[in-house]
Amino acid sequence: MALSQKTKEVLFGPLNINNPVVVQVLGICSALAVTVQLKPALVMGIAVTIIVAMANVIVSLIRNTIPMRIRIIIQLVVVAALVTLVSEVLKAFAYDVAMQLSVYIGLIITNCILMGRLEAFAMTNKVWDSFLDGLGNGFGYAIILVIVAFFRELLGAGTLLGFRVIPESWYVANGGFYENCGMMMMPAMALILVACIIWAHRGYNKELK
Amino acid sequence: MLKKLHNIVEKLRPTFSEGGKLSALHSLFDGFETFLFTPNTTAKRVGSQIHDGSDSKRTMILVVMALVPALLFGMFNVGYQHFLATGELVRGAMTCAMFWKAFAFGALAVLPYIIVSYGVGLGIEFTVAQWKKEEIQEGFLVSGMIIPLIVPINTPLWMVAVATAFAVIFAKEVFGGTGYNIFNVALIARAFLFFAYPTHMTGDKCFVRTEGTWGWDNGQTLVDGFSGAAPLTQLATSTEANLLPVDFWTAFNGLIPGSIGETCCWAILLGAALLIVTGVASWKTMLSIFAGGALTAWLFNQFGAETAVANYPWYMHLVTGGFMFGAVFMATDPVTSARTECGKWIYGALIGFMAVVIRVLNPGYPEGMMLAILLMNAFAPLIDWCVVQVNIKKRMKRAKI
Repeated sequence: MALSQKTKEVLFGPLNINNPVVVQVLGICSALAVTVQLKPALVMGIAVTIIVAMANVIVSLIRNTIPMRIRIIIQLVVVAALVTLVSEVLKAFAYDVAMQLSVYIGLIITNCILMGRLEAFAMTNKVWDSFLDGLGNGFGYAIILVIVAFFRELLGAGTLLGFRVIPESWYVANGGFYENCGMMMMPAMALILVACIIWAHRGYNKELK
Repeated sequence: MLKKLHNIVEKLRPTFSEGGKLSALHSLFDGFETFLFTPNTTAKRVGSQIHDGSDSKRTMILVVMALVPALLFGMFNVGYQHFLATGELVRGAMTCAMFWKAFAFGALAVLPYIIVSYGVGLGIEFTVAQWKKEEIQEGFLVSGMIIPLIVPINTPLWMVAVATAFAVIFAKEVFGGTGYNIFNVALIARAFLFFAYPTHMTGDKCFVRTEGTWGWDNGQTLVDGFSGAAPLTQLATSTEANLLPVDFWTAFNGLIPGSIGETCCWAILLGAALLIVTGVASWKTMLSIFAGGALTAWLFNQFGAETAVANYPWYMHLVTGGFMFGAVFMATDPVTSARTECGKWIYGALIGFMAVVIRVLNPGYPEGMMLAILLMNAFAPLIDWCVVQVNIKKRMKRAKI
């Protein structure tokens, strides 16, 4: 099945040229908070993707019956229900990650990307397109999270997904020369990394300048 | 001699200019030419302006010269502290031979830091200049000298390299290069080291070279009861309320553990004199830092809690740690400090105030100078803005009457 031009744009645009994090600069807070390690970042990315996609579908389904005046509240109820669902699922099947993410799962409800997509897209588009838009934006968010978390975990802890990448014997404590960069553990460094990604991204996509 | 050098430069010029064999390295050539000779370009005749042939490179060289006393003393002190730690030298029993031995040891230990700092920093500057097709910006001449002077002597070299690269790229180049940076570049390098590798930056091991250098004096045993803690570290960890780790003159002379160039006050004051006489740095900033710091420390002496740091005499605050070095060489950086004359007083006083407050009230940071200067760097434009606004209001009022 060949994808139409619009579908392509809706699905793949957020991955690159219209990325929610590095172009629209939304969802920065959670990008700082959950990217110390790769695993929570991955889980967070997946959770947000599912929630945006599902919320988009639901809101798009009922978009013609929502009174304009109270639409934000209705969108919030939809998102809150989905967030609660995901949170319960995580607690049931991935308890340790859920604990690591702690409040940030609950705080997905305040993630600007969600409200942004619901308001800007799902309220005015059909169900299938809204679903793809949610998927695209979720993945766009997840990609940035994973890139940031990759560098932060690698340079800050010497591990990736919990596996040791930099050998123990390299460390000063074991007679080596290497030392983890404590700066990487701080939220400030996540901002700088996001800035670097934006830098590279704009350097690559000249039309964004 | 100079004539000959000039001839060589002129001979090489075509090779590096547009179309020459090595035109890709023209910024490097240009950088070295203006390093050797004053540039022959002056401002265009537009309106009335004063512009002498002295470019910022000459200003930078002056600051580097002002840093030399602190550097030389720092080298000696590194050796001195090392031989004290190994027991080869007893305090007060200094001989001429021992003096040179200590100096040689220290020089060998410090030299790699200078090379690494300049190598990494200038390497990045040259690359960026070449890439943007600009002239080389000479701002790193000073930062590259300050960075080795403000690191503890046991810092691994690669950490210094990483910190320098971080500082040059993220504190300077992304803002647009020399003259556009918000924060002092050398201090950003120090702050990066402090936050990224805290175990190497604090404690009682980092300030005295206990290992040998380049194979010289490796594997020495240390004297019993040796502690390399700097005075401020001792204060921060002390449970006594009236600890005085060093007396005033020892601290003033600088034969104490500390970052390489920051311990000796008279060497720093010598540099300060040169900076003030030549008009490179502002005496107002320096004086107000000392005044602000002294006053704050005195208030803590009088009314503070009963802890060792709060009871630390106000005049001691000025001569220990990086206070004096920061006040003379880093707070006065013309790019990042306040520019209005009145603003300089406020800016300086607040640095002194913050430095002592951080020292006394935050036991996690024995030394507050770095954070104080960085904080006030961020506020300097605001201070300037307020001063200018007040001035405008005053004049408006006068104009109405």
